[in-house]
Amino acid sequence: MSTNTVISVKDLTKRFGSFTAVDHITFDVKPGEIFGFLGANGAGKTTAMRMLCGLSLPTAGEATVAGFDLYRDAEKIKQKIGYMSQRFSLYEDLTIRENIRFYGGIYGLSNQQIKDKTAEMTRNLKLGKEVDSLVKSLPLGWRQKLSFSVAMVHNPRIVFLDEPTGGVDPITRREFWTLIYEAANKGTTVFVTTHYMDEAEYCNRVSIMVDGRIEAMGSPGELKGKYEADDMADVFLKLARGAKRSDN
Amino acid sequence: MRTLLILLNKEFRQVFRNPAILRIMLVVPTVMLLVMPLAADYEVRNVKLCVVDYDHSDYGRRLINKITATSYFHLVDYTDSYDKALHYIEEEETDIILQLPASFEKDLVRENQAKLFMALNAINGVKANLGGVYLRSIINDFNQEVRQDWIQLPRYNVQPIIQIVSNNWFNPQMNYRFFMVPGILVILVTMVGGFLSALNIVKEKEIGTIEQINVTPIRKYHFVLGKLIPFWILGLVVLTIGMGLAWAVYGIVPAGNVLTIYAFAAVFLLAVLGLGLLLSTMANTQQQAMLLSFFVMILFILLGGLYTSIESMPKWAQAFTVFNPVSYFIEVMRMVILKGSSLADIQRHLIIMFGFAVVLNGLAVWNYRKRS
Repeated sequence: MSTNTVISVKDLTKRFGSFTAVDHITFDVKPGEIFGFLGANGAGKTTAMRMLCGLSLPTAGEATVAGFDLYRDAEKIKQKIGYMSQRFSLYEDLTIRENIRFYGGIYGLSNQQIKDKTAEMTRNLKLGKEVDSLVKSLPLGWRQKLSFSVAMVHNPRIVFLDEPTGGVDPITRREFWTLIYEAANKGTTVFVTTHYMDEAEYCNRVSIMVDGRIEAMGSPGELKGKYEADDMADVFLKLARGAKRSDN
Repeated sequence: MRTLLILLNKEFRQVFRNPAILRIMLVVPTVMLLVMPLAADYEVRNVKLCVVDYDHSDYGRRLINKITATSYFHLVDYTDSYDKALHYIEEEETDIILQLPASFEKDLVRENQAKLFMALNAINGVKANLGGVYLRSIINDFNQEVRQDWIQLPRYNVQPIIQIVSNNWFNPQMNYRFFMVPGILVILVTMVGGFLSALNIVKEKEIGTIEQINVTPIRKYHFVLGKLIPFWILGLVVLTIGMGLAWAVYGIVPAGNVLTIYAFAAVFLLAVLGLGLLLSTMANTQQQAMLLSFFVMILFILLGGLYTSIESMPKWAQAFTVFNPVSYFIEVMRMVILKGSSLADIQRHLIIMFGFAVVLNGLAVWNYRKRS
């Protein structure tokens, strides 16, 4: 692994029985990059991301994340990464403050650090008194922003976001991307999957997965030029039309 | 250590925010201890008896008086038609028919022996069986009386008689509740501990929070301990409530040291919670976990020696109870509460239970996968 890659993946593969969810994908991600991971439903984005987070064991291939080997040092990787899953996964029967305290504590933050983080999040997300109300009472948009902030609680080198803006209104989506940019500006690498092609334009580089393989990779500008498309949606349609598998 | 405290803090907050768990902790012990010892009872009372008397003799009436004078039998009808009595059985109105033949008194006086006929409704096997035994012993007694009436007993009895005098150790009045309540306390602790822990990890699987936990560098044994300790404490609280009720309602005070009970219960709970957590790591939904633990608990409880004594089970079933933690605890409870056994007396049980705890919790930690 060279010093200017933070994620390095070679021929990573995941099979479930006879079904190959992720088929020999190879790519590198540079530090501080916003790397978009695009693909239709069922293309294998989430599976690939779960492997990189150490939630799913690869069938074959090699990968290093934050300088650690995915097979041998999965637990060391976990200290360096943040993850926000598709499903909302904060504790709904705890308050916002308690959730921050819990996850901060698990990552080994000191009480003072937790206190500072809580104050910072309250300020950034404009939570005010809501910080002491149960998470289940929060609207979806806030929940997503909070999930992101909690995934960032230990200042990870890389943050993995799995469809973070699904079902969220356009204003909140815009605010969400502001948070992503702020994180990237501070040097965090952002690895994000999305269905929204306007969001793909915000990324430094994108890869497009079709049927478990990476069909195209590059900056949005490069891809638009290569596929003679006006925008990323056009690029995506040209590539994804060839897909054999989908949700149904 | 700090990670563990953080986990415990979170678990306790969640428990105390869940009114259902607190309600279960109070209601289950109360209902089980108030209702079960009173209702679930081996003793058979109110056996419904129908007498068919074809004789209408003095001796016949004396026998019937003797039977109905006990509190065990309730005379449904006194009739001279066997068909009518059989009809009662068909209608479930009577459990036993006692028939006195027409020549009962005559045979008894002349031939020195008479025959009685007894018909039992065996649908409820226990009641028929025990009722029959009671009735037989009353008739035997009656037989003795009749003989004493007639025979001028010689100084030395021609027929040797063995008389049995028995003494019920540890439970002098053979109080059924002294026998049942310790066992019910065990069931209480087993159920509360086993079910709550089985549902817990799987709940995190269902709502998806386990993913967020698995992506952190948390250690597996920290996570499992964080789940174990709160339910361990809850289990001991439930035991305390149960023992309090046993004392307040039935006046049952352990003959041995209460701390002996707590020492064993502490290890027992570790084993049961380990089992619950193991089941929890195997199941994917709360429904699966519930059914799985229900199956295991029923097996453990029914074969635990509360309702049927282990010594009278077939050999293969006895072999199974060696692997049943519940049977050890029931035995220990009875030993300590009734007999006053000390820690030294239950040493073997304690060591075995410790083995269960280590193995089951080890399996739970091993089977909990952060990466699939």
